[in-house]
Amino acid sequence: MTTNKEILMEIRDLSVEYTTRLGQVSAVDKISFDIYKGEILGLVGESGCGKSTMGKALMRMIQPPGKITGGQIIFDGEDIMTYDDDQMRDFRGRRVSMIFQDPMTSLNPVQRVDEHVIEAIQVHEPETKTETALKRAEKLIQKLGIRKNRMNSYPHQLSGGMRQRVMVGLGLVLNADLIVADEATTSLDVIVEAKLADQLRQIREDFDVSLLVITHNIALVAELSDRVAVMYAGHVVEIADVEPIFDNPLHPYTKGLLDSIPNIKLDEKEVLYKMPGEPPNLTHPPSGCRFHPRCPFAMPICSKYEPDFKEVTPGRQVKCWLYIDHPEKEQATIEVQA
Amino acid sequence: MSTSLRRFLITRILLTIPMVLILVTMIFFVMRVLPGDPIRSQLGPRVSEEQADALRERLGLNRPLYIQYFDFLWDMVTFNFGNALTQGERPIKDELGERLPATIELTIPAISLTALIGIFSGAFAAKNRKKPIDYIIRLISIAIYSIPIFFMGLIFQILFSVRIPIFPLAGRMDTLMLTNFRSITNFYVLDAILTQNWPALWSAIMHLAMPSITLGLALSGVFVRLTRVNMIEMLQSDFITAGRARGIPENKLTYRHALRNTFIPILTMLGLQFAILLAGAVLTETTFSWPGVGRYLVERIQLRDYTAVQATVGVFALFVALISLLMDVLYAFIDPRIRY
Repeated sequence: MTTNKEILMEIRDLSVEYTTRLGQVSAVDKISFDIYKGEILGLVGESGCGKSTMGKALMRMIQPPGKITGGQIIFDGEDIMTYDDDQMRDFRGRRVSMIFQDPMTSLNPVQRVDEHVIEAIQVHEPETKTETALKRAEKLIQKLGIRKNRMNSYPHQLSGGMRQRVMVGLGLVLNADLIVADEATTSLDVIVEAKLADQLRQIREDFDVSLLVITHNIALVAELSDRVAVMYAGHVVEIADVEPIFDNPLHPYTKGLLDSIPNIKLDEKEVLYKMPGEPPNLTHPPSGCRFHPRCPFAMPICSKYEPDFKEVTPGRQVKCWLYIDHPEKEQATIEVQA
Repeated sequence: MSTSLRRFLITRILLTIPMVLILVTMIFFVMRVLPGDPIRSQLGPRVSEEQADALRERLGLNRPLYIQYFDFLWDMVTFNFGNALTQGERPIKDELGERLPATIELTIPAISLTALIGIFSGAFAAKNRKKPIDYIIRLISIAIYSIPIFFMGLIFQILFSVRIPIFPLAGRMDTLMLTNFRSITNFYVLDAILTQNWPALWSAIMHLAMPSITLGLALSGVFVRLTRVNMIEMLQSDFITAGRARGIPENKLTYRHALRNTFIPILTMLGLQFAILLAGAVLTETTFSWPGVGRYLVERIQLRDYTAVQATVGVFALFVALISLLMDVLYAFIDPRIRY
């Protein structure tokens, strides 16, 4: 892998809760992981597992009725949870930027592309003259494969792929260190999606940024990421480099997820794996390990205690009792080969 | 101007012709169906039939109805309007020439105030949604919306003219000042500036204040609610979230990005409210003895002055059509997605 293992962002015990009529929903529950400099980290999981909430929480963009209820986000040595509104505003866009799911609605319909870019620059660098900002924007936009004369188009005059590239450009124009791409390719067709994925990889090389790619598209993650984090019901259940996770998934949920991918080479007799049960209701999450009601390997201990997120081999963490010893555990711990 | 815009404008202007025609036709017949006629309203109940017939003949009311109708249509087309049937039988053109500027002078500050109050407090309420200030603004707006204009006017008169005498009670200008005031256009504010008559300008503005605030405030309730609802939707849209993620300040997101996108429904409402504004002007003018077209219309309906009422309603219809046309053209300037 190309990662040099220098930590860019450290997330420690981050929790996000939503207040609903039915009670508190813990959408993100004490999650800890690191994002390295220059890496592409894929964050996968089912709909409603909290991955988008996670992405927003990294920029402290959770809107009421949601709230970050605990934890630290350490970026460049500083805990951004201690930032005030002004510091936070400056942090967004300049240090971490975000690309959203729907490029059709992510641009202001009454603003031209150049107005978007100039505004983004001048909000953070008020001293920059409009012409200078425009030059910078043009250079960047061309690099992303949009012709210069498209700069004075309105969003509705651009195709979906072009708009998404404009969004990418807006994320890059201030030289952010981390780009959070929240389902950024989901609404594009496969060809445009592949192109954008390619472009994201190129951007990582050219701009030396880290990317957090949030998606439910496992194929995209396999293709694009250096490392993968798998989320289930508000927990990160497994995190590892991309190859080991696809070759030898450790967490039963990861296994199930990978087996659920349709494959044309699948033997006719073999049936596509269907995970039993439903994702849990997070107002009342299951006791112990949140996955145990659906887990084919569940043991008595799984419903009693929540497992730690334990490093089983270097660079690989799993949140599962299969790999952790405990006095109350009855079966032997599985030995993992590195 | 693009050819398509020109074609759009021509179509719209042509479409106003049948609209105005239908309206004045309705008014023509409704006026004649109403009990009472201009003869009796002028001469009273005790005159002889001969006298009444003489007047009827002089005014041309004894002619067949269809001839009167086409005569009236011709007057409308030539913008001549003919003479009024009552109150000295002056040319309607002259009468409207005196009254119309007074109404326009009242409605311009009123609609500006409506838009200002409505849009800004609506946007402010949306930004502070579910906070106490939001509830206060909503409460006030619904209260304002439900108070009849004339009642609000009376309250203002009692409070700010009788109890605390800040503003004059009624009229367009101090009577004493009118004696040496030279009117050119009948827009008193404009005339005062043109003749550099500063005391008169002050007097005109002070007289204008209460009626225009009453009218403007009364209409603003709808705009507060309309702006608020649309802004709440806008503030939750993806491009606002994306802007926030780019570090754009909240105020800029609210008052520039979101607000500009809510202008379309607001403009539509502003165009529609213009008709209501003219109706409101009738009540406001009556309350504040404002010598505008609204009061003129009420007086002449009571006198069954056929020609005067028909012409005034026709002019109102033209105004409303013109404003809605203006709104349609404005859309294209505000929203780049709309092209004609």
